[in-house]
Amino acid sequence: MKKNDIDVKEFGKKVDQLFELNVEDLPKLPYPYEDWVDKVYPDVSEARKESTDISLDGILNVAVPKIEDAEEKAKMVANFLEGLKKLLSKEDNWTFLKPFLLSLDNCVGCNTCSGACPVFEESGEVDIYRPLFRSEILRRIIKKYNSPMGTITAKISGHDIELNWELIARLAQLAYRCTLCRRCAQTCPMGVDNGLISREIRKLFSMELGISPQELHEDGTIKQLETGSSTGLSPVALMDLMEFAEEDITDRTGLEHKFPFDKSGADILLIHNAGEFLSWPENLEAFAILFDIAGLSWTLSSEQVGYDSVNYGLFYDDAQYAKVTLKHAEIAKKLGVRKVVLGECGHAHKATMAIGDKVWVGESNIPRESCLVTMEDIVMNEKVMVDPERNNFPVTYHDPCNVTRSMGIVEPQRRVLRKICPQFREMTPHGVDNYCCGGGSGFAIMQSHNFPEWKLQISGRKKFRQILEAFTKEELDPGVRKYVCAPCSNCKGQIRDLLTYYEAWDRCQILYGGLVELIINCMVDVREGYIEWDDFH
Amino acid sequence: MTGIQLFTYFAFLVAFIAILRKVLRYATAPESMRWELYPVPHEKGRAEYGGSYFEELDWWTKERETDLFNELKEMFSEIVFLKGIFHHNKKVWNSSFPFHFGLYMTIGWLVLLMTGGILEAFFGMTVDSQGGFFSTAVYYLTIPLGFGGLALAGLGAFGLFIWRSTDKTQKKFNAPIDFFNLIAFTVTAAVALAASIMYDPTFSFLRSYTGSLLTFSAISSPNVLLTAEIILLAFLTLLIPITKMSHFVAKYFLYHSVRWNDQNNERGSKIEKNILELLNKQVGWSADHIRTGKTWGEVITEPKNEEK
Repeated sequence: MKKNDIDVKEFGKKVDQLFELNVEDLPKLPYPYEDWVDKVYPDVSEARKESTDISLDGILNVAVPKIEDAEEKAKMVANFLEGLKKLLSKEDNWTFLKPFLLSLDNCVGCNTCSGACPVFEESGEVDIYRPLFRSEILRRIIKKYNSPMGTITAKISGHDIELNWELIARLAQLAYRCTLCRRCAQTCPMGVDNGLISREIRKLFSMELGISPQELHEDGTIKQLETGSSTGLSPVALMDLMEFAEEDITDRTGLEHKFPFDKSGADILLIHNAGEFLSWPENLEAFAILFDIAGLSWTLSSEQVGYDSVNYGLFYDDAQYAKVTLKHAEIAKKLGVRKVVLGECGHAHKATMAIGDKVWVGESNIPRESCLVTMEDIVMNEKVMVDPERNNFPVTYHDPCNVTRSMGIVEPQRRVLRKICPQFREMTPHGVDNYCCGGGSGFAIMQSHNFPEWKLQISGRKKFRQILEAFTKEELDPGVRKYVCAPCSNCKGQIRDLLTYYEAWDRCQILYGGLVELIINCMVDVREGYIEWDDFH
Repeated sequence: MTGIQLFTYFAFLVAFIAILRKVLRYATAPESMRWELYPVPHEKGRAEYGGSYFEELDWWTKERETDLFNELKEMFSEIVFLKGIFHHNKKVWNSSFPFHFGLYMTIGWLVLLMTGGILEAFFGMTVDSQGGFFSTAVYYLTIPLGFGGLALAGLGAFGLFIWRSTDKTQKKFNAPIDFFNLIAFTVTAAVALAASIMYDPTFSFLRSYTGSLLTFSAISSPNVLLTAEIILLAFLTLLIPITKMSHFVAKYFLYHSVRWNDQNNERGSKIEKNILELLNKQVGWSADHIRTGKTWGEVITEPKNEEK
C-alpha cells in the first residue's frame, strides 16, 4: 500500500501488512552525508512472523501474539472494549483522565501536529505516523463503541470504523511509533496532546490485555522490582562494580575515592540510571569526584531499586510506574536524607519529580532536585575550580525532552556549558523546542528484531541531522574532535547508536557524553584528559 | 410568542445545557498527575525561554514568584490573535484568524443588540442617532461590529471550508459534520449580511427582536430574509456547543488545568488529601501483573510483582 493512501477507516483492513517502509523514501541527510545509503530494513525472522503480528509496517517492538481462531479474536476485541471503558473511568484512570479527555474531545483536525513530529517528517511523511492518526482511530472507536447510538452516529457522520482484531493488533504497534516527546502538543492550537494519547493506548494494552514491549515490562519494571535494576544488577553485583569504579577513578585521575553507600542522614541521596554503571561508569565516577571535591554530604543506596532511577512504568503502565517510584520514596525516607538528586537521566527526572509530585505523598514527600541544578551551583559558585581551556573543542548540547519540555529545566546546564566550554553552540531548534533523540519512551533500550533500524533511520534521524548541522563544514572534518553533550542515559544510548550506525566517529570524530564528564575534564584538581577521545563506547 | 421566538429560546437553552455539561465533564474529573508543558507563562523571569522553578537549587525552600501579567498577556495573544497557530500553521491562520476575530465581533454585536433591547424595553429609551450619549454610542457601535463581524466570520469560515475541501489530508481527518459547520457559518453570515443591508441596516428590528425575547412579548418578522437570519443565528447558537466548535471550553481547561498547571504538592495540602482519597479507589484493570479488586494503594505498595 502506498504511504499516503491509508485512510483511518482502512486501519483494520485484512491485509498481511498495511504499509511497507522503503529506505529510498527517507529524506536526504546534510553534509557530509549527502550520498549516505541507508540499510534496508531487515525482515523479522520467519519463526517470529508465525507467532507475532507485524501487520502495521513490518517493524517489531511490541509483540502482539498472532491469533487465527475467530472466537479468540472476538474475545480480544471484547477485552479491548472492556479496557477502553476503564481508560475512560474515574476509578481506573483517575491518574490521567482529565488531560486524556481534554485531548480526546478537542482535536479540530488541523494537522498542525504533523509538522512538529520528527517521526512523521523523517519517515518521508508516512501517513500512519501522523500524531493525529492514532488518536483519530481511538476517537472513532470510542464514538462508535462507547457512546449511546454510536453505531448509527458513526454511519451518519461518515467517520465510521470497524473494530476487529487486526485493528487492535496494529493500534498496539502504532502506539509504539511515537517517542512521547510531546513536541506535537506544544504546537497544537488547542493544546491537544497526542503523545499522552499514545501513552494511554499503551496503558490500555498493558493494564488490561497484558501487552507491552518485553524491554519495558518483563525486562524493565518487573525485573527492576525483583532484582533491583532493569539491567539485572543486584546489590551484590553493584558492590563489585563499584570496587572496579573506585580503581578506575584512581587510574583516570590519580585520586583515591570510596563511594559512600547508605549513609543515614546524608544531605543528598544521589540516584543514577543503572545503565551508567554498566555502559558509562565514567559518568558516575565523575559525579563522585565532583560531589566530593565540592564538599557535599551525599550517599548512594545499595538497597534494591534504590540504585536505579529508571522507571519505565512512566512510558506504559501507571501501576508499574507507581510501584517503582514509591520504592524510591521509601528508600529516601528510610535514609533520612534532606533531598534526592536525580543523576543524568531524563525520564527519571520526570518520573520522580514531575509525575512523582503527586505520588510521593505524606512522610514520603522528600524533596527532589535535578543534578543539573546541583552542578550549576557547584560550578557557578566556584565550589570547584575549572580551566575552560581544557574543553576548548566544539561542543553542542542535546536537550532531553523530559527535562526540558516537560519540566522547564533549560538554563542551569547552559550556564555551566557557557562557562566551561569556550566553543559551545546550540542546536537548531533547542531548549523547549528541541527534537527528541529518537530513543524516547523506551525506544533507546529496545534492541531486538528490526526495531533498531527503525529508530536509527526514522525516529533518530532528525537528531542526527541536528548534530551535523550544529558544526561547520570545517569542524566536521575528522581532524577536529567534537562533543555532543547529552545529560540523559537513554538519550546517550540512542546517540551512541546513531553515531555508530552513521559511522560518525570514524567519519567526523563526533564523541558523546554527559555534562558531568565535561566538568571533570576541565577541573584543575583533576589530572588532564578525563574524556578519553579514543575510547568510543 | 411566535415560532422563531420559541426556537430562539430553545437554541439558547440547549446551548446553555451543552456548555454546562462540558464544563462539568472537565471540572469534576479527578485530581490527575502533573502533565505540564513548557513554556509556562506565569513563571516569572523564565517564561520567555521556557524555564521553571525546578531550575532553582532547593526549589521547595524558595518563595514561588509568579507573573500573572505575563500569563494574561499570553492568554490575550492566544485568544485574540491565535498566536499559536500563527507560529505553527500560517496557512490555517490566514482563515482562522478572520473567522475567530469575526466571531468575537459578532458576539460583541449580539451583546450590544441585547443592551439596546434592554434600553428600549425596560428604560423606554430609543436607540438611534438622536438619543442620549449612551444609547447613541450603542447605536453607532452596533453597526460596524455587526457588519464587520459577520463579514469576517463568513469569509473566514469560507476560507476554512476551501482549505479543508482542497487539502487531501484534511479530508481524512474531518467528518462531514466539520464541513457542514463551516458551511453553516458561511451561509448564516451571508444571509445575515444580505438581510441587514436590504431590510435592517441599523439593526433596529433585531434590537426590537432581542428586547421582545427579554420581555417575553410577541414580535413578528417583517419579511422572509429577516426570519431566515434569525433562524440561522439561533441554529448556530445551538450548533456550536454540541459540536467541537465549542473547543473554547476545553481550551480553557487544557491550558489552566494541564498545560500550565505547575502547582506542586506539599505535605498536608489539598492535593495530597485528594490523592490519598483516590488511592482508596478499587482497581478494575485485568492484566496478570495487577491484583484486580484491591485498592490503588494496595496494588502499588505490594512488596513484589506478584502475579495473580
